[in-house]
Amino acid sequence: MTEIFGVPIQAFMGQLTIGLVNGAFYAMLSLGLAVIFGMLNIVNFAHGALYMMGAMFSWMLLKYADVNYWFALVLAPVGVGIVGVIIEKTMLRWLYQLDHLYGLLLTFGLALILEGAFREAYGSSGAPYDAPDVFKGVFNLGFMFLPKYRAWVVFASAVVCIATWYMIEKTKLGAYLRAGTENPKLVQAFGINVPLMVTLTYAFGVGLAGLAGVLAAPVYQVSALMGSNIIIVVFAVVVIGGMGSIMGSILTGLALGIIEGLTKVFYPEASSTVVYIIMVIVLLIRPTGLFGREK
Amino acid sequence: MKRKLIAAAVAACLATGLSVAQAQQGKLSDDVVRIGVLTDMSGVYAEYGGPGAVMAAKMAVEDFGGKMFGKEIQVVSADHQNKPDIAKNVTLQWFDRDKVDMTVENLNSGVALAVTALGKEKNKITIVNGAASARLTNEDCAPATGIHYLMDTIALGNVVGKAIVKDGGDSWFFLTADYAFGHSLEKDTGEVVKAAGGKVLGAVRHPLSTGDFSSFLLQAQTSGAKIIGLANAGGDTVNSIKSAAEFGITQKQNLAALLMLITDVNAVGLKTAQGLYLTEGWYWDMNPETRAWAKRYEDRMKKKPNSNHASVYSATLHYLNAVKAAGTDDTAAVMKKMHEMPINDMFAKNGKIREDGRMVHDMYLFQVKSPAESKAPWDYYKLKGTVKGDDAFQSLANSRCPQFKKS
Repeated sequence: MTEIFGVPIQAFMGQLTIGLVNGAFYAMLSLGLAVIFGMLNIVNFAHGALYMMGAMFSWMLLKYADVNYWFALVLAPVGVGIVGVIIEKTMLRWLYQLDHLYGLLLTFGLALILEGAFREAYGSSGAPYDAPDVFKGVFNLGFMFLPKYRAWVVFASAVVCIATWYMIEKTKLGAYLRAGTENPKLVQAFGINVPLMVTLTYAFGVGLAGLAGVLAAPVYQVSALMGSNIIIVVFAVVVIGGMGSIMGSILTGLALGIIEGLTKVFYPEASSTVVYIIMVIVLLIRPTGLFGREK
Repeated sequence: MKRKLIAAAVAACLATGLSVAQAQQGKLSDDVVRIGVLTDMSGVYAEYGGPGAVMAAKMAVEDFGGKMFGKEIQVVSADHQNKPDIAKNVTLQWFDRDKVDMTVENLNSGVALAVTALGKEKNKITIVNGAASARLTNEDCAPATGIHYLMDTIALGNVVGKAIVKDGGDSWFFLTADYAFGHSLEKDTGEVVKAAGGKVLGAVRHPLSTGDFSSFLLQAQTSGAKIIGLANAGGDTVNSIKSAAEFGITQKQNLAALLMLITDVNAVGLKTAQGLYLTEGWYWDMNPETRAWAKRYEDRMKKKPNSNHASVYSATLHYLNAVKAAGTDDTAAVMKKMHEMPINDMFAKNGKIREDGRMVHDMYLFQVKSPAESKAPWDYYKLKGTVKGDDAFQSLANSRCPQFKKS
């Protein structure tokens, strides 16, 4: 059998594919963070908790209201978005003029409260959530079996990422948004409701986290702690990609998923640290991140 | 004998100035029995031990009567966050400042090893329940102060490993949690597999609390082993099992969960977990006694107890009985009684704490029921076999504990 660095090529391809799937999650989560940071200048540490809420909401919808996956895919992110509106309206908006640190501390505190509340109510072991029947089974790619559900995750995340990028960088609405963050007073003078736009941007950003949560629910155990496991990695992704850069966070998310996957083959013990090693190297060489611009 | 006892009591009360009536019953340092429950209150193992373990210890104190020689028995608890250094700091503070007489539970093998070493140094009793590393009664044993109560990696490997190899599962690949416990479990089970005529093809070590197991499982799949041994615990085991089902690995290869408790089965769900073999020291639905205790626990915690919770109850009660029998909370005297007295409660029948600190009791091989077989919530296990304590646990003759090692 052909080998790459001592690993059979089939296994190698399999690991690449799995890395891509994980990268899709990273990309979608870091995208929401990048949108929020780029537009609102808030370091949203509650992102992991809101991702967990997306998964929890879909599980609760199924358990208590018998609402299936497809509806949850819409309802749970909307629910998380509403939570986002409440957070933004009642708390975050007082912090825009202050240092980043205050937003970070507030959202970090919120994350701890949300996780603590869900853990208290549902325990830390979590609950299983089944993928819809359409996605049962696997695709035989020749070199590996790819579960249909994971293929769907990659597809869905690609669509969401591209749509978000297009909306912010290429549409009129996106242009308003970007202008509103550069100079809110001037944009407001043109008759555009900037505070509303900011609220909706935050809601959209956390809604993306909620959507990632729903997508993750059938893959991982739905539990109160699922967000805290992933949030730090996602932050590293955003930092490596360049804070606030949308394309940067998407590409970095995918790339790091793949690098992490390969580390699991060559030196598994380091798989949880490799992302940070890359972060350190990138920050030393390019302090603004790979795709970041100096302000 | 009796005269000696009275003489000792009189001497004791003269020394401490206690009243004669009290001294005849027994003597306590600091006028209180304080038991420390050290566990993971909020992380991956919180459901495995956590608040349930604290409740179990409190139930033992309640059943004992709440008082020792007319003095209060207190239960204190702390969250070690699965970090041995935090565990060490808390325990040190407990022993040196807070007058804690004994610590129980101590899950997570990294924590258990640190706490046991500290107990040895400070001459305080440390009972390990939730942790499984067999090093606790071997290389890192502390026979004078340490007790290992529930199960260990040797017994887990012995029961499930032997049964599976006998069934034809003779080639193994391990998915191992990368810390003390995982390493012990992989090594000890591997030895059982080899001794039974099987082969170990390899292992991959993953960090604790890994989110995604598919990469590791793919490596296990590539190895071609018949059995993928999960030398991990808690959330890691749950996620491994889920991913294995998702990737269709279980169609050709079988999983063996080496350490899985009923709370994990509950988390995975019967649909995915059905058919799995696992080893436990206790199950709530074994006899009227276990059911009655489980019901009392469930009334308070709103879920069934696992074997770890039951063992914390049993260990705490045994400790209290030993203090009562010894008439003192002095470490050496209590340990002597704990070794002498057999353990007969809802957790174990004729359990015995051996000289090396190993509590020897029967272990059970269970198979997880299918959703159709399960008649009620938490009705999860079919009993497949009972292994006598002496067969399940390592014999003293094979001990690697320096005091008992036969060269």
